[in-house]
Amino acid sequence: MKVSIYRYNPELDNEPYMKEYDIDTQGKDLMVLDVLALVKEQDPSMGYRRSCREGVCGSDGMNINGKNGLACITPLSEVAPGVLEGRKPLILRPLPGLPVIRDLVVDMTMFYNQYEKVQPFLQNNTPAPAIERLQSPEDRAKLDGLYECILCACCSTSCPSFWWNPEKFLGPAALLQSYRFLADSRDQATEDRLGNLDDPFSLFRCHGIMNCVSVCPKGLNPTRAIGHIRSMLLERAV
Amino acid sequence: MVTSVTSFGKNGVSDWLIQRVTAVIIGVYFVGLMGWLMANSGFDYATWKGFMGSLPMQIANTLMMFSVAAHTWIGLWGVTTDYLTSLQLGGSATGIRLLVQAVIILLTLVYLLWGLVMIWGGA
Ligand code: SF4
Ligand code: SF4
Ligand code: FES
Repeated sequence: MKVSIYRYNPELDNEPYMKEYDIDTQGKDLMVLDVLALVKEQDPSMGYRRSCREGVCGSDGMNINGKNGLACITPLSEVAPGVLEGRKPLILRPLPGLPVIRDLVVDMTMFYNQYEKVQPFLQNNTPAPAIERLQSPEDRAKLDGLYECILCACCSTSCPSFWWNPEKFLGPAALLQSYRFLADSRDQATEDRLGNLDDPFSLFRCHGIMNCVSVCPKGLNPTRAIGHIRSMLLERAV
Repeated sequence: MVTSVTSFGKNGVSDWLIQRVTAVIIGVYFVGLMGWLMANSGFDYATWKGFMGSLPMQIANTLMMFSVAAHTWIGLWGVTTDYLTSLQLGGSATGIRLLVQAVIILLTLVYLLWGLVMIWGGA
């Protein structure tokens, strides 16, 4: 099959280009990450990130035939019709909107900066109990669909609002984590957290385009979380 | 977190609310106008003028003018801060953005004043 990969090495190339590879998959429905390993055998200069190879570490987020996803859990048959059969090329590019360090490797600093801003840790100033802070099963259930995020950045880098204002709009990933702590019965910083979100950019740049929902490899729904925060902000304002 | 930027209201929350409320006002206005047009098909100028000149319509039109102005400004402020930034235009972005925003404000105010003169001018 044909594989077309975005190549850019700032030390050698003046500008990025797409490089074509011929890869023999023996007709198997490999994961995209396996195909990348075969490419790497052919051309060791091609760079990409990966670690767990099973969808838990979030390091191999990339743009696969136009859609962000994790290479390790995306089988060729799910990329686009005709890719598995070799009728269409597999096209791999780095996550959009972030600076490229090299080939498929992007600089995630802007993404992490936004994550840091939402203070993604439990804040509670009451004396800690002897063993642990307890939570009812119902309160715990409120965190389902929020805590599973692996920070792969597939969502934020598919969001146009994040592309245009990556330093002001927090992006779906950071907002999902913001809500993860707003929804936590043990967290006491709600007022502070909301106070940090009521400007026109941090949250309100979300226009409900829902690209984030359609790409999240963990099946999470940042748009819904953003909606919950918006309701909290509105309630707080009136 | 992002400080010293609000497009219109106090903060992002009020901008968002104003945007929704004005959208509803504009929507209701159009539905109402459509209703009148359908109920009065084949109307002449005098009927139209009488309708538009009535006090309820003067108030509705005024509300409509202010809603359109606020809605336009918040919307276009969003568009300009999305597409006219240093990411797209480099160093001159802020100047260009402010210029475009100034033109938008000017046009909006002219339309608003013009509209008010038409509604309340009694001509
Ligand atoms: S729903 Fe909001 S956060 Fe998600 S992609 Fe759209 S604008 Fe971005
Ligand atoms: S919400 Fe989903 S797509 Fe976004 S960073 Fe978390 S796991 Fe990745
Ligand atoms: S390699 Fe860890 S998520 Fe794909």
